[in-house]
Amino acid sequence: MKTFTYRTATDVSQGLEPGATFLAGGTNLVDLMKLGVATPDVLVDVTRLGLDEVGDRPGGGLRIGAGVRNSDLAADPRVRRDYPVLSQALLAGASGQLRNMATTAGNLLQRTRCRYFMDATMPCNKHDPGSGCPAREGDHRNLAILGASPSCVATHPSDMAVALAALDAVVRISGPAGERTVPVTELHRLPGDTPDRDTVLEHGELITAVDVPPLGFAARSAYRKVRDRASYAFAVGSIAAAAQVDDGTVTDVRLAFGAVAHKPWRAFVAEEALRGQPATRESFLTAADAELAAAEPLRDNAFKIALIRNLVASVLEGLS
Amino acid sequence: MDLVVNGVEHSLDLDPRTTLLDALREHLGLTGAKKGCDHGQCGACTVLLNGRRVNSCLILAVTLDGTEVTTIEGVDHPVQEKFLEHDGFQCGYCTPGQICSAVGMLDEVAKGWPSAVSTGEDHLSDADIKERMSGNLCRCGAYPNMVPAIREAAGR
Repeated sequence: MKTFTYRTATDVSQGLEPGATFLAGGTNLVDLMKLGVATPDVLVDVTRLGLDEVGDRPGGGLRIGAGVRNSDLAADPRVRRDYPVLSQALLAGASGQLRNMATTAGNLLQRTRCRYFMDATMPCNKHDPGSGCPAREGDHRNLAILGASPSCVATHPSDMAVALAALDAVVRISGPAGERTVPVTELHRLPGDTPDRDTVLEHGELITAVDVPPLGFAARSAYRKVRDRASYAFAVGSIAAAAQVDDGTVTDVRLAFGAVAHKPWRAFVAEEALRGQPATRESFLTAADAELAAAEPLRDNAFKIALIRNLVASVLEGLS
Repeated sequence: MDLVVNGVEHSLDLDPRTTLLDALREHLGLTGAKKGCDHGQCGACTVLLNGRRVNSCLILAVTLDGTEVTTIEGVDHPVQEKFLEHDGFQCGYCTPGQICSAVGMLDEVAKGWPSAVSTGEDHLSDADIKERMSGNLCRCGAYPNMVPAIREAAGR
């Protein structure tokens, strides 16, 4: 591991010097430092800033501190009651030990597990811009089918972020230039020709909280994850869904897909196609097809189209 | 920095790159926690931080100033006796991590925490034990004996 200096952050808006990075749970960053993929000069520890509470918002909904550990959030009674999709997504990710360490903001900001990105000796436009993307012709079975670019076909690995994208959650950000908010659906970028940038955050900006707005029908919501092992594996494909069905008609719906793109993929097209339609398997499949019409699969991951399509139908049938 | 391990306070002067696992093994002579993958994937390095199970290989020791660390050397729990009774190991390399993980996991169950297969309010099933312990690998495959050991330690 390259050497670095360590200090603790004392203020959320103090920013970062060049070459510095924030450290929270460390479950991804420390691993990437061991691998030589992340090489910060300075680590600024943000775990003592007191951002570790889940609070009720005045108008309803929750404010989740950036430093709340994944296990505490998954177990929170309000999350389990009002947003089961979020609790389920958290519990579908990682292991008991990692969830005890990993934080809300760290989970959002974790890097792709694309094998070429994780290997500092390989070309990768994400860790070494301009070096190329071996994944496009190489091992890409678990990589993107939506929104990829010639320079990068990586997927965002988070489960939690998929649920937050479906729930219209908003990220609160502090930095030297002040505070701002960004919807979770707009936090992560598509790779384009600058895949080295995962998100719209500027250097030195710190996520302080995630706001989840009230959504009555999210009390009936679910997260379903497909993976190569029964537990403790990243998704091959996943879906977060909430649906309101009245007299057999879908009156409102939230849908997001995981492990298919460089960001949690909010399925706005499918949602629009579903509103006002009968809550039948046929409608669900038609809506999934409308969203997945934009898919551009690679040689070895076209199966994800059918996988996501079937997940949409099966999870929405379960919620109807 | 000061690290409290198994109730004993230690004053350490560490390179900031030192993980908790390396601090325990190389600086304090506590070799119970094992280095398996060193990437948070196998669970052999599991210890308890303020009673919560974590992977010590992914934690920089310098971040822990004042935190209470419990390693297998400081664990005294019925799950240990049950592992002996049920022969919950073969080579033993993963065992300290399995035991520390089980101790932390049973505390999570006692607090009513849910898992991917249970709401946390119902009976601790074998499927639930497997899910909750999935962060600890055993290359000898002693899982079938660990599950009843943990179930009995839970008093179920």
